Amino acid sequence: MTIARTLDDACAALAADPTATVLAGGTDLMVQVNRGDRIISNVVAIDRIPELRGWTREGDFLEIGAGMTYAEMADPGFAALVPALGQAARTVGSPQIRATGTIGGNLATASPAGDMLPVLVALDAVVELRSSNGRRHLPLDEFVVGVKANALTAGELIVTVRVPVLHGPQEFMKVGPRNAMVISVASLALVVDPAGRTVRVGLGSVAPVPLRATEAEVMIGGRIDWDGGGPPTTGDVDRFGQLVADAARPIDDHRGTAAYRRHVVGVMAQRTLVRAFGMVGEAAA
Amino acid sequence: MSAVRSTPTRGRTRLGGIGESVQRPDSIPKVTGDFAFSSDLWHDRMLWGGTLRSPHPSARISSIDVGPAVAMTGVHAVLTHADVPGTATFGLEHLDQPVLAGDVVRYEGEPVAIVAADHPETVRRALDAISVDYVVTEPLVDPSLAETATPIHPDGNLIRRIHLRHGDQSAADRDGLVSVEGTYEVGMQDQAFLGPESGLAVPADDGGVDLFVATQWLHVDRDQVADCLGMDPDLVRLTLAGVGGAFGAREDLSLHVHLCMLALHTGRPVKMVYSRQESFHGHVHRHPASMWYRHHAESDGTLVRVEARLLLDGGAYASSSGAVIANATCFAAGPYRVPSADIDGVVVRTNNPPCGAMRGFGAVQTCMAHEAQMDRLAAALGMDPIQLRLKNALAPGDRLLTGQVLTGTLPVAEVIRTCAEHPSAAVWSDEPMTRPGGAGRTADAGHVVRGEALAVGFKNLMFSEGFDDSSAARCELRDGVATITCACAEVGQGFVTLVGQITREVLGVDEVVLAPVQTTGIGSAGSTSASRQTWMSGGAVQKACEEVRAALVARVALTHGVSVDGLVLVEGRVESLSGSVSVDLAEATAEPLSADVVHRHAPTSPLDEDGQGDAHVSFAVSAHRAIVDVDPDLGLVRVVELTTSQDVGRVLNPVQAVGQLEGGAAQGVGLAVMEEVLVVDGRIRNASFTDYLVPTALDMPPVEIAALIEQPEPGAPFGAKGIGEPPCISSTAAVVGALRDATGLELVRVPVRPADIALADASAGADR
Amino acid sequence: MSGDPYRLTVNGRPVEVFDGHPGESLLFVLRERLGLPGSKNACEEGECGSCSVRLDGDLVCSCLVLAAAAADRQVVTVEGLADTDDGAGPLADVQRAFVEAGAVQCGFCTPGLLMAVDALLCDEPDPGELTVREAISGNLCRCTGYGRILEAVDKAATMRREARS
Repeated sequence: MTIARTLDDACAALAADPTATVLAGGTDLMVQVNRGDRIISNVVAIDRIPELRGWTREGDFLEIGAGMTYAEMADPGFAALVPALGQAARTVGSPQIRATGTIGGNLATASPAGDMLPVLVALDAVVELRSSNGRRHLPLDEFVVGVKANALTAGELIVTVRVPVLHGPQEFMKVGPRNAMVISVASLALVVDPAGRTVRVGLGSVAPVPLRATEAEVMIGGRIDWDGGGPPTTGDVDRFGQLVADAARPIDDHRGTAAYRRHVVGVMAQRTLVRAFGMVGEAAA
Repeated sequence: MSAVRSTPTRGRTRLGGIGESVQRPDSIPKVTGDFAFSSDLWHDRMLWGGTLRSPHPSARISSIDVGPAVAMTGVHAVLTHADVPGTATFGLEHLDQPVLAGDVVRYEGEPVAIVAADHPETVRRALDAISVDYVVTEPLVDPSLAETATPIHPDGNLIRRIHLRHGDQSAADRDGLVSVEGTYEVGMQDQAFLGPESGLAVPADDGGVDLFVATQWLHVDRDQVADCLGMDPDLVRLTLAGVGGAFGAREDLSLHVHLCMLALHTGRPVKMVYSRQESFHGHVHRHPASMWYRHHAESDGTLVRVEARLLLDGGAYASSSGAVIANATCFAAGPYRVPSADIDGVVVRTNNPPCGAMRGFGAVQTCMAHEAQMDRLAAALGMDPIQLRLKNALAPGDRLLTGQVLTGTLPVAEVIRTCAEHPSAAVWSDEPMTRPGGAGRTADAGHVVRGEALAVGFKNLMFSEGFDDSSAARCELRDGVATITCACAEVGQGFVTLVGQITREVLGVDEVVLAPVQTTGIGSAGSTSASRQTWMSGGAVQKACEEVRAALVARVALTHGVSVDGLVLVEGRVESLSGSVSVDLAEATAEPLSADVVHRHAPTSPLDEDGQGDAHVSFAVSAHRAIVDVDPDLGLVRVVELTTSQDVGRVLNPVQAVGQLEGGAAQGVGLAVMEEVLVVDGRIRNASFTDYLVPTALDMPPVEIAALIEQPEPGAPFGAKGIGEPPCISSTAAVVGALRDATGLELVRVPVRPADIALADASAGADR
Repeated sequence: MSGDPYRLTVNGRPVEVFDGHPGESLLFVLRERLGLPGSKNACEEGECGSCSVRLDGDLVCSCLVLAAAAADRQVVTVEGLADTDDGAGPLADVQRAFVEAGAVQCGFCTPGLLMAVDALLCDEPDPGELTVREAISGNLCRCTGYGRILEAVDKAATMRREARS
């Protein structure tokens, strides 16, 4: 058991024993340990490393410490900078889980249902990894590589996640059969970048990894009146929803069917678009 | 939130007596963390126990090799079926379930071997080291095929059939009647009590064993355990450990025999605690049901005949399935006058997880169906659904489907009216979190539609069909302190509070001590189930106290040369109404008085081959009105308000009564919209609270209590009916009815899943 | 196989844990090694809140905390709740409120709920109904339907307000 106090300590401990288990909030790991599905011996606890906590603003980017908790991300001060991430953080688990679960943990677990992941993929997030050998950066779609599979190599730690600060509306929605404490059946993040004239859509729980709905993005990006500021038409909203639904690659499992997931992703796409462009109460979606 | 109003006290004021919201006597240890639940027990030198379970729903066992586990450091025992000292099987109705599987396993999770070791981690490793050679066989998982399939058990695949025929069987063979038909399904609900199965067994010097366990029925447990240990019942002593909820799932044995075997084998105390995942496999569930119905009525709404075919999946072992199907069948048509009926009720054996008692016991399933039918019928008749129910509402003097005439109270019409007429407090909120989807923020105001429905349900109280039920209690009065001994299992329902209230009411004492609840020194109190304990154990305590009271009054009368008639017990004194005698209770009972009582209810009869007979003691009816919000495009639901009226006989403790009504309604909401044990090919896919969803505080609405109808029930202590089950019976039906109202969809299955709404055929109706 | 000894402060008292097995959760250590079984084990997978404690002031599921990794931290359990309440008496205000409101039936969810409600009222002294429901959404109760629990929170908030004034 190593309780690391600095990033260097943590990297050194991992270098000495690359099979050691990294522990931050424990909200995924300890479930496996309690069930007996995972035996741990050497643990490197990283929840007391100041460099992993908090966030910093670098121009038009935010460097989010991997140790930031869901509770901290749901806090209005942070959420104002990345609203979709703040909204997503508020949907995770319970108050108890949000107090200790971290964005780094969500990334490392790389579950198809990870609540941060659709937002991060929509934001073209970049993950910074560090080991005693140095550091590297990976875009999100190269970090999350499969179901519960990430690109971490032995001895590596997630240190920060970098996301842009976009000065436009952001929405996050999550569908589950209960009003609290649910694993997402399908989720969607929509972020608008007025400067870049793009609408970006991230999908969760509808593929082995978080997806972008690129065809839908291109379609709607070309239809929005970026200069005049008028909202998209009802026809555009419908078509957008259809293209997003088409982008999903869902499966049937005990939480939902592929048909249902595809359907709700389309609905969420329409609704988030309508919300983002202030059309709520006008066009019915 | 509904306020709790205390009913006015009757007669002389007794502090802490009947009708008051007396605080639970165990509430302080429960809030300080001192209360000892069965999983909190600890004993010096104790070992930990664990169970190896079958990963297959159906297989033959060709060999079990425990060698590697036995050889592990820290392992003290590894036992299999060969080590069961007495009868190899147990069961509530039939001894059909093996203590440990021998040559065959019949459900996923069936116990195969047990281990005792020095640490839970060692137990886990030892269980992994046991190797069992399974020859997997094709499981029988479709209950509709069970009766004709190869028997999966020597007792056969038919557990019980009841074919109820009531009245003139050709009553519907005429023109001018309106008929509606439907097939309905109820999924497998789990009791999901929070306190895991757990206990501690301590080997005794006399060769016997002391078992501390959370359970609903101590003496029946004791008898089965003794039988399986091959021991005299006196050598098996059960003490009730703190129970973290039950709801029917602790009526059957779980770890009882296993723990005792390990303790006796190792000569050490052994503790076992099931994990949540194991718990889903370790107890019986509510029977999933498939039900076809056809209702016939006159054009004015008068019910003429009900036909139904009920199929319940009992899973691998019988448990109390026979009683459950009887209940489902007897109450299949609901609290309405039905002059003619043909109800075929069947419960079968499959390789699915075993099913048994859960709060509501068969009536939950049929209520969902008969209320759906009543709404269908109302629509076909062009009649208001509430008027249709009122028109047919049962009343005392009416005959039930079983031919039994209602001789007690059953205020069906009052329950319906008070519930229907109660003003709703539901508003439309601007707060996004209050819309379906909650924190997921999936809906804006325009995406939500609201629906409303009322449903009614009833069932019997207490055991039926000639079962000789009883409860034993002892009252001892010494130095002014009353001690009550009764083996009634407190599982959270609040019997421990009632004991004090009854005793204070009868004896006028202040201090009431409840003796430890155990099998030694007192007879059975029967099961904490079937809404029976207030009547049976409350009745036993009342009788025992009254016998002590009579003896005390006689003693004082003799001593003071007065007649017994003028003496009363109040506020710790024995006084004459004239004032000439006033004796301190403590002084008068320096020489103790005691009474032992076995309380029985009026006898019942078995059901004959047509399901006819005076099989039940008493009945209770309840109604719920549900208001729900639905987001039809996503299929997400939020229950906004539940209003209820219930037939309670007499309110003995208002705040506890409210607690039962609110808690039962939550389980009803759960079954309506989110709770289901998903079984695929005999395997449970969601054995955890991650995916077996019970309502959270964000899912459960306030429960408005419209009326607690108090019509004292003859024969019931203080006229009080049991109140535990009705709240979870009509609540499910009301919620799904409201969903139909909101969406215009048929919704013939519960729990209603989001896809059932979101992907429903658009042509199936859009009367919004 | 056991790990190195480590220290925790539990309910204001320093304790040392020897002979811990690796992988033991804080919940296990509290219940089985430190004689504090007040925190409960309804699921041990973070889905029910019955194991809730305060860890350096944060409300967490103790079943998801690796005990050894919590070394040198401050833990408050239900057994220590009364000591943290400045009010008089052997029961904290939240405990008294639960008793008086009839919010306890089987009681298994009660310790976790008390910790969650205490945490809520420390952050928000006068929460509305929706805020309360969200704050306790991580605590499952199977007996009460949450009705009397919400009443208890109201009562506790009033008690705390009155104690302050």
